Amino acid sequence: MSATLFDKIWDQHVVDDLGDGVQLLHVDRHLMHELSGQRGLLEMKQRGIRMRDPGLTIGSMDHVVSTVPGAKGGNAPWADKMIESFRAQSRESGVKIYDIGQDGQGIVHVVGPELGFTLPGTTLLCGDSHTCTHGALGALAWGIGTSELTHVLATQTIVQQRPKTMRARFDGKPGRAVTAKDMILALIGKIGTAGGVGCAVEYAGEAIRGLDIEGRLTVCNLSIELGAKIGMIAPDEKTYAYLKGRRHAPKGALWDQALAHWKTLPSDAGAKFDIEHSIDCSLLAPQITWGTSPEDVIGVDGAIPGNKPEALAYMGLVAGKLIAGMKVDRVFIGSCTNSRLPDLRAAAEVVRGRKAAKHVKAWVVPGSWRIKQDAEAEGLHQVFLDAGFEWREAGCSMCVGVNGEQVEPLARCVSTSNRNFVGRQGPQARTHLASPAMAAAAAIAGEIVDVRSFSL
Amino acid sequence: MNKFETLTAIAAPFPKKNVDTDLIIRIERCTGTPKEELGKYTFEMVRFLPGGAENPEFVLNQPRYRGAKILVCGEFFGTGSSREVAVWALASMGVRCVIAPSFGQIFFNNCFQNGLLAIVLPEPIVEELMNKASNSNAEPFTVDLERLTINGTVHFEVAPRNRKMLLEGLDEIGLTLAMEPKIATFQAADRQRRPWIYS
Ligand code: SF4
Repeated sequence: MSATLFDKIWDQHVVDDLGDGVQLLHVDRHLMHELSGQRGLLEMKQRGIRMRDPGLTIGSMDHVVSTVPGAKGGNAPWADKMIESFRAQSRESGVKIYDIGQDGQGIVHVVGPELGFTLPGTTLLCGDSHTCTHGALGALAWGIGTSELTHVLATQTIVQQRPKTMRARFDGKPGRAVTAKDMILALIGKIGTAGGVGCAVEYAGEAIRGLDIEGRLTVCNLSIELGAKIGMIAPDEKTYAYLKGRRHAPKGALWDQALAHWKTLPSDAGAKFDIEHSIDCSLLAPQITWGTSPEDVIGVDGAIPGNKPEALAYMGLVAGKLIAGMKVDRVFIGSCTNSRLPDLRAAAEVVRGRKAAKHVKAWVVPGSWRIKQDAEAEGLHQVFLDAGFEWREAGCSMCVGVNGEQVEPLARCVSTSNRNFVGRQGPQARTHLASPAMAAAAAIAGEIVDVRSFSL
Repeated sequence: MNKFETLTAIAAPFPKKNVDTDLIIRIERCTGTPKEELGKYTFEMVRFLPGGAENPEFVLNQPRYRGAKILVCGEFFGTGSSREVAVWALASMGVRCVIAPSFGQIFFNNCFQNGLLAIVLPEPIVEELMNKASNSNAEPFTVDLERLTINGTVHFEVAPRNRKMLLEGLDEIGLTLAMEPKIATFQAADRQRRPWIYS
C-alpha cells in the first residue's frame, strides 16, 4: 500500500495503540526554551519525577532574553530570574543548554535545524506552537502545552489522536520578490486560518522543491496559522546537504545508515491525502496582511477589503483604499519565520545604499547567535547600520514582546513574524505581516510599498 | 484533578470567532503569575478599559453572566500559541466547559489536561445554544458528561479517553508512567533500527 510521508513517520513511532484512533508515540527529539521549558521542569520537580531521557532534549534561550546590542540577560529582573532558574534546573536534569552568548543559542525553531538536532523521520516536540517549523526537514513536529511537555520529560512519549492528512501543492514559478513567506500567506488567505484544523499538512510541488531549506522552514512555520499543528516537506538532496556536518547530525557510518532510511520517507506516488489544495505561484504578488488574523492577506498591489470592520478599526484602515502608501512607524525583521541568513541577505539587498525613512524605527534581530556571526562576516550588519537600522542580539524580541521589546500603542509595524493578532506585538500595536524584502522596503519608503518598485 | 461529572451553571455567549490565546491571556502574565491568580487577567485586553476600570460591555462583566462556568464560543476558539496558561486562566476564572464549532488544537488538548471539558458541535447547534444563553431570562445549562448531553436534549461526543480522564479525574502522566515496560521495549528495538537517534 502506498503511504504518505506523514503515515510512514507516524507508524514508525507507535509505542502502543490506546484505542479510538489515539496512540502513544515515541518522542525522538525534544526542544526547550526558558519560558515553557522552565514551567515543565518545575512541574517535574513538584511531582518528584525524574527526567527519563535527558540526552534526547536540548534547550536554548530565546523568549525573554534581551536583544539590546551587547545584552547578556533579560530586560527585567523577573526575566533574569527565569533564565537563571532554567539554567539551574537544566543542569540538574542533565539537559544540554545553548546559553546566551554561545554558538547554538537562538530561537529554538532556528537552532534546532541549525544544529542538526532536527532530523528527517524524527518526531520532534517543543512547548511552542511554531514547532511545526521543523517539518521542513521531513520531521513530524508539533507544539505542545505544559502538561504534554511534562509528559514528554517524564515518559519520552506523547498521547495523540491521529490527524487527517492534507497536501498543499505550490506549482508555477514565483515572480520577482515573491518568496516562501508570500507563498504560505497566500495559502492561508485562500483556505483561512481554520483550513488546516485537524490536519497534518504536506507541502509539495515544484515551487516547494525550488526553495532552499530556509525558505521551507518559513513555509512550515506558518502551518499553525493555517490551523494545522503539523506541516512537513519531504526530505531531498537539499535537506541532506544542509544537514551534513552539523553538530548534532549523525556522522560516519551512522550518517550513511540514516541517509538510507531518510530516502525511504517521501510519500509514495499513489499515496492518498484526505484533503488537497493548490496554489499557482506564478500569479502571486508579494503579500501583506491588513487585518488581525493571518488570513486577512492581500497582494501589496491590492485594495483593503471591507468584510471585517472590527479588524479595520483596530488597524486604523479604511476599506477600499490601496494598502500601499500606509505610513509605517516600525519595521521588525526577525522571528522564527524570517530571521535566517538568506532572509537577512534579501533584506540587505533592498537596503544597500539607501536610508531608512526618518520617522521609522527599524530593527534587525538575527534568529541565532551563529546567524549573527555569519551575517557580520558578510558585512550585512554594516549595510543595515549604515541605513539607520538597529542590529541586535539573537532572540524572539518584538515577535511577541514578552521581553518588553514592543511596538508602541497605535504604531504601525511591518513585521516578518507570523502573528498579527490584536495586541500581539504590544497593546494596540498594528502589525502587518510580510517578507523580509517587503519589510526592508517599507523601512526605506516609510510606508507600505511594493518592493518590486525598487531597482536592485 | 477534580472529577467532571455533571455541571449545572450559567452559560455565557461568546460569539467572537478566532479568539486567540493572546487575547485570553497576555504573554506577560505567563511569566510566573501563580495558576490560581491568573483569573484576574483573563481576557484583560477586552475585559478592562484602558484606565483599568471594568468594561461594562464585556459579556463576563454583565451581572447575569458573572461567574459563568460555561462559555458558548464562536468558531476556532483558542487558536494561536501553545500557552497552557490560557486554559489555566479560564479555569482560574471558574470556567469548566467551553463549547464551539471548532478549537485551536493545542488549546483543545490542553483543556482536557486540566479538567476542562471542550465540546465540539456543528455550527447551527452552537448557534442555538448561543441564542439560548443570550436570552434575557436564560436558565443555567446542564452539561452531563456521563450521558453526553447538554440540557438533556443536545447530544455531544468526546473522545473516550478524554471522557474517562475527566470522569475519573485521571492524570495522563500517571497513566503513561505505568506503561514503562512498553516504552523500554520500543526503544530497545528502535536502537537497532535507528541507532543515530540515540547516539
Ligand atoms: S520568534 Fe515569535 S513565534 Fe517564533 S518562537 Fe519566538 S515568540 Fe514564538
